[in-house]
Amino acid sequence: MEHPIHIDERYKFSSGLKKVLGIVLIIGVVLLAGGIIMGVMGVGEHHETSTDAANPLYNLKEASETPFTTQGPTEMSPESGVVEHDAAHGDEAHPRGSGNAAADAATSHAGPTWLTRLYSNFWINNLFFTGLAIAGLFWVAIQYAAQAGWSAGFKRIPLAMASWLPVAAVLMLVTWLIANHDLFHWTHEALYDETSPDYDPIIAGKKGYLNTFFYLARMVVFFAIWIIFFYLIRRESMREDIHGGTSYWYTLRKYSAIFLVLFAVSSSMAAWDWVMSLDPHWFSTLFGWYVFASWWVSAIAAITLIVVLLREAGYLKIVNANHLHDLGKFLFAFSIFWTYLWFSQFLLIYYANIPEESIYYIERLTSDYYSPIFFINLFLNFLFPFLVLMTRDAKRHSIFLKIVCTVVLFGHWLDFYLMVTPAVMKDFGGFGLMEVGLILIYASAFGFVVMSALTKMNLIPKHHPMLQESMHHHI
Amino acid sequence: MAVAHTDNYILGLYDDEDLLMDAIKHVRSSGVIIEEVYSPFPIHGIDEALGYKRSRLPIAAFLFGLLGTTLALTMQIYMLGFDWPMIIGGKDFVSLPAFIPVTFELTVLIGALGMVACFMVVSNLKPYGKPRIFDTRSTDNLHVMAINLKSNRLSPAEIRDVLAASRAAEINDKSFEL
Repeated sequence: MEHPIHIDERYKFSSGLKKVLGIVLIIGVVLLAGGIIMGVMGVGEHHETSTDAANPLYNLKEASETPFTTQGPTEMSPESGVVEHDAAHGDEAHPRGSGNAAADAATSHAGPTWLTRLYSNFWINNLFFTGLAIAGLFWVAIQYAAQAGWSAGFKRIPLAMASWLPVAAVLMLVTWLIANHDLFHWTHEALYDETSPDYDPIIAGKKGYLNTFFYLARMVVFFAIWIIFFYLIRRESMREDIHGGTSYWYTLRKYSAIFLVLFAVSSSMAAWDWVMSLDPHWFSTLFGWYVFASWWVSAIAAITLIVVLLREAGYLKIVNANHLHDLGKFLFAFSIFWTYLWFSQFLLIYYANIPEESIYYIERLTSDYYSPIFFINLFLNFLFPFLVLMTRDAKRHSIFLKIVCTVVLFGHWLDFYLMVTPAVMKDFGGFGLMEVGLILIYASAFGFVVMSALTKMNLIPKHHPMLQESMHHHI
Repeated sequence: MAVAHTDNYILGLYDDEDLLMDAIKHVRSSGVIIEEVYSPFPIHGIDEALGYKRSRLPIAAFLFGLLGTTLALTMQIYMLGFDWPMIIGGKDFVSLPAFIPVTFELTVLIGALGMVACFMVVSNLKPYGKPRIFDTRSTDNLHVMAINLKSNRLSPAEIRDVLAASRAAEINDKSFEL
């Protein structure tokens, strides 16, 4: 061994790093304030003047003529049938757009404002950073359940990421309580009132699931499950540090297995609740997996990035190029996994071309503003990690990993942006000071919480029964 | 002895992998070039000890994959876009998303088959090829170090001395007809 490995290592949250995080926070606040001021004054907002705010994009007749159609003669195209079908359906069933716009007008929302944009940004960051935290815990649990030895040396990093969960729970709950009417169309009472002109039979039919009480109950229960398991796993892992022995490992494996089962259900339902219900008419059966894939690959990127940075700061000498290689493989593989789910969702909707499903992609592909982001998303999250991390050398050198991890983290933030913004902001979404500012604020806060959590435990679980295996990991 | 028509080897046989690893270091530092080592089971670190260059199989895999992608896309675009255009599900004649699954499958298929083919050729396992079996005990209990006389400047007697000094259990000669 070239470097002596210190098993009994503790992380010291240096004042230099605190300063950096503080500066990031201040820049974020300044940018956010700038974004809000510009929003209030109406500067820099994205407008598509050619588009009537409420109508054309959501008009299903027009929509079904947009991108997924043939250029062949119309009478031969099955499209004409679809159009008639919609037109017939439209009157009673309130096609999404007109129903939405009417309801928005009726419930005194004159259209998305800078405030809605702020809320939607909070929501995106809540989703993204909650995902990092919970997928960090998922990472730890899956290592125990799979009895993995190679990762024993740096298990504390994903565990520390999960300590963001309590903060995430508060932020998510508060954002929802303040902004639910702006973010979630289904929260408007008039949609469920048969006598109201805004009555929406489709949304009313979902009332058993999509109602405020049940929704909040689910949110609280999910966070409660995640936080409880986080504390259980952390507690056992800390006890193992003190007493040693293999009994803690067996307990941890048991907790992890239970958590994985609960997580499989809760993560999927959380994705329906927190993301899919932004478009209450729209549904996609693999959406839960799609969101999970985004969370999971972002968490892998974050773990890799923190491990690499800690190593460069002189910690974690237990991690060598072989561990980095495996982390790189994880990042490579799960970038492809995300793409696979992304494409599975896209292809089925594209092929079937049912208006109530394809509206999701029509909103994102026919808008001049969202369609470039749509392709940038694919480039950042698939092509870039795929091509850069393909070779063995790239996975073993920290500089490549640092670049790819940063790109993938931003890419998946953008993925959530693309899920949330068109649903909330319609055609008035934008990317400016407000977005960048809030990302910086959240990233700084996340970094602060994770790093201070790392100081509170040994950096290396020194009595982990598989520590030797991890030290001699060689591929 | 018909030198031009045979490949002559000296074989060092070892009955222990630690002994073998030490022997590899000793033999290489004495200036003898080892062609190949055959062992009944994988030995950690033997690639580095033998100073092997990294396999170029990944590059072949990438190129075969690229070939598969190109073939699949060309085939589908030509067939459905030009040779026999058909409206399917009201889509464009050349509708890329619909072509992706086939493209993916052909990329994987041609990548995998190409790698197997490369491996077969490199390992001399091609049809009608005669694989060189140095000693059948290399699949049982012995590690066989094969040293090709053609690529070594040392005389056979000197090589034998080096092998003996590295505690080889047996030292044999082996010739293959070309």
